[in-house]
Amino acid sequence: MQENDKKLRIMNIPMQYFLVLSTFMFFAGIYGFITRRNMLAILISLELVVNAVDINFVVFNRYLYPGSMEGFFFTLFSIGITAAESAIAIAIIINIYRNLHNIEVRNMNKMKH
Amino acid sequence: MEIAANEIVFYVLSVVIVVFSILTVTTRRILRAATYLLFVLIGTAGLYLLLNYHFLAVVQIMVYAGGIVVLFIFSILLTSHAGDKAEPLRLKDRLLGLSAALAGVALVLPVILMNTFGPTTPVAADEQIDMTVIGSALMGAGKYQYILPFEAISILLLACIVGGILIARKR
Amino acid sequence: MSLSIIILLIPIFMFLLLGLSGHKMKPQVAGILGTLGLATMAVLSYFIAFRYFFVEGKVGEVYLKLIPYNMKWIQFTEFLRIDLGILLDPISVMMLVVITTVSLMVHIYSMEYMKGEKGFHRYYALLSLFSFSMLGLVVATNIFQMYIFWELVGVSSYSLIGFYYTKPSAIAASKKAFIVTRFADLGFLVGILLLSYYTKTFDFSALTDPNGSLITQPVTATFLGAGVISWAMSLIFIGGAGKSAMLPLHIWLPDAMEGPTPVSALIHAATMVVAGVFLVARLFPVYVFVTPAVLNGIAYVGAATSLFAAIIACTQTDIKRVLAFSTISQIAYMIVSLGVSGYGGHEGLGYMASMFHLFTHAFFKALLFLGAGAVIHAVHSNEMKDMGGLRKYLPITNRTFFIACLAIAGIPPFSGFFSKDEILVAAFHKDIVLFACQYLVAGLTAFYMFRLYYSIFWGKDTHYHHAPHEGGMSMSLPLIFLAALTCVTGFVPFAELITSDGKAFEIHTEWIVAIPSVLVGVVGIAVATLMYKKETAMPDKVTASVGGFYKAAYNKFYFDEIYMFVTKQIIFKRISTPIAWFDRHIVDGFMDLQANMSQNASSKIKGLQSGNLKQYNWVFVMGAIIIAALVLFV
Repeated sequence: MQENDKKLRIMNIPMQYFLVLSTFMFFAGIYGFITRRNMLAILISLELVVNAVDINFVVFNRYLYPGSMEGFFFTLFSIGITAAESAIAIAIIINIYRNLHNIEVRNMNKMKH
Repeated sequence: MEIAANEIVFYVLSVVIVVFSILTVTTRRILRAATYLLFVLIGTAGLYLLLNYHFLAVVQIMVYAGGIVVLFIFSILLTSHAGDKAEPLRLKDRLLGLSAALAGVALVLPVILMNTFGPTTPVAADEQIDMTVIGSALMGAGKYQYILPFEAISILLLACIVGGILIARKR
Repeated sequence: MSLSIIILLIPIFMFLLLGLSGHKMKPQVAGILGTLGLATMAVLSYFIAFRYFFVEGKVGEVYLKLIPYNMKWIQFTEFLRIDLGILLDPISVMMLVVITTVSLMVHIYSMEYMKGEKGFHRYYALLSLFSFSMLGLVVATNIFQMYIFWELVGVSSYSLIGFYYTKPSAIAASKKAFIVTRFADLGFLVGILLLSYYTKTFDFSALTDPNGSLITQPVTATFLGAGVISWAMSLIFIGGAGKSAMLPLHIWLPDAMEGPTPVSALIHAATMVVAGVFLVARLFPVYVFVTPAVLNGIAYVGAATSLFAAIIACTQTDIKRVLAFSTISQIAYMIVSLGVSGYGGHEGLGYMASMFHLFTHAFFKALLFLGAGAVIHAVHSNEMKDMGGLRKYLPITNRTFFIACLAIAGIPPFSGFFSKDEILVAAFHKDIVLFACQYLVAGLTAFYMFRLYYSIFWGKDTHYHHAPHEGGMSMSLPLIFLAALTCVTGFVPFAELITSDGKAFEIHTEWIVAIPSVLVGVVGIAVATLMYKKETAMPDKVTASVGGFYKAAYNKFYFDEIYMFVTKQIIFKRISTPIAWFDRHIVDGFMDLQANMSQNASSKIKGLQSGNLKQYNWVFVMGAIIIAALVLFV
């Protein structure tokens, strides 16, 4: 473990610390995703989740595959795509707001009937 | 015990991230949530810098902090009053969320901590990645090069633009 | 002979026609159709009788069993199968004649009697169904076919007794009839099964063949001390006792008078109730050779029933009830006669006498009932106290009724004398106790029949609100025809036609029995004349002197009450109620439990599709976590 630890430290920060951090962020986002009522708040929580995932990719890339750049590019694209997705989501939410004057999740049940 | 500088930076950043992410998901005022998200994203950018991915950090700030958070704030202001307090959560909902989150943490943490991640190739990892490498990889058409996803993303962005306009136009 | 199938096909066709489309016809049309059908059947049966008795049936000295049709229906094992067919032998041909004649008379009579009734066409349809069932019963080639038609007869009887289905008493009576006879039929079925198991056949010809396996090599298995065949034959007799209203299964017959009077005439006087007698006669060789003890027991049951019914009949005031008890008594006579009979030649006198009495009784009893119907039709009441002095208003009914009463009392030259006399002779030779009993019953019969006659037509001069009048031709013609038959049928040479073994034998009048039997009849008539011809105080004095016995007899010896007690207190309370409780709570409860459980489960599952986003999110996340855990750790 000591040997590996040495190799896995970049300036003394073990990889697991990053991973724990990103885990934390991820599940905070999940908590917010489940609990929040306002749709925008849900989107915000979703951003947290995606960011945690990005950190994970970057960390793996840096620590486990220092020669290649897949994780880096994945994260790059992920950022771009997430941005696009959030934009569309916000557009939809604004549309809903226009029709219902309300963006609470519990009121979004018209489609069911 | 010697503590390197980047360790301190790391701890500070991680504290920031943790605290603000909790605040994001628990605050009752939504505008504050957006603000806290901004801080989390900046913290994440700092992490990227720590890991020597400068380009990524910049992109993160530009796109996320500069674009998405602004978008969020605009939409929040469009859809609700800036001072509004959301209703306090019922216990049932809180439990629901906590249970899911804690279950997940309980699953993932042991896996992370017990596993040994061995390195594949022992390479010095402190180098900064050159911009030309990134650029040629992004536009290159060879193996392990990313022109295809690049084009795909551009189409996606086009679709998003069109879709966004369609959804949000006035009738 | 092959025409015999038509006799069965016509009534079932009529039943279907009238039943399905009768309501669209005018009532008269339905009635005429039914009557025409029956007239055809009557002519055909006379034709068949003529040919059987005088042309074809006799081979050598013996009347054979002819089987023009026999169709294999269900094959159980190599030996055991159920056929459907037509068997013509002396008794079945005789029954064909009796059934079609009486049925025809009833059809004609009902045209006027039932006029204006709702359900006129249903009545005729059911009459045709009954005729079909009864005819099928008598021509059955094997015991199972007889059982099938037995049940059909029961159903027709049930439908006809309950014809006025809006009257609660009629419904109760029809239920009672059906349940009592069905209960007896349980014994019948068990008997059939026992018999066929040991003899490996249902077929009558095989069972009753005097040289056949059953009779020459008897089965030796025993059960509880008595031979198995004895058990079987006793059980079969119980079935017959139910249909023929023997003690103690007689309770349904008096109540069956709730049905229309022509129905009573047809079913409960002349045809259905003799089915039990017919059954014993059909299986007579088995009874005589294999289980003579059972036959003896049957004779005693018959005698007891006969006396019992005669006593009760002396006290009843509803004229149809008197006739019902009279029927029970006379049928018991036939049973006694079979019980004392031997086999072959003069030994088989009881058999011949029984069939002879069946023949004559059918006609004069039907006449009595139809006459009673005419009286009821005129006076609109069944009770004797509402009648009296009707001889002035109903001359035809008066005279025909009188003839029938003389016949049943056993006065020569009417038919009743001949048949009853033969029975008494047979009993005299076999068992003096039975003879004494039947002799007494003969006297009582004369007494109560003339009591009935005088109370209706003589007695007190009742004042009627509107003068009673005779029915039209369609009601009077059958009366006259049946009266003519009653006069004539005494002279039919029965002993040459219908005997226990098919061979003719000589009968000669035994004056030692004949004279006392006529005497006892005359005495009975004289007593009745004294008491009832004019209104006197004598009946009341006699009633008072007999006291409690009279009361018991009037209440039919409380048999109905005993039955009600047993069924209500014991069967319903102790047995049926717990079983019903078990059924409702445990069996149904189990089913309900399953249904409730699935309903609850489905509501819970339904909750998953609540439309609640939060719930969906949570399920999604938890699901992902669980799957990841499963993949990682399992």
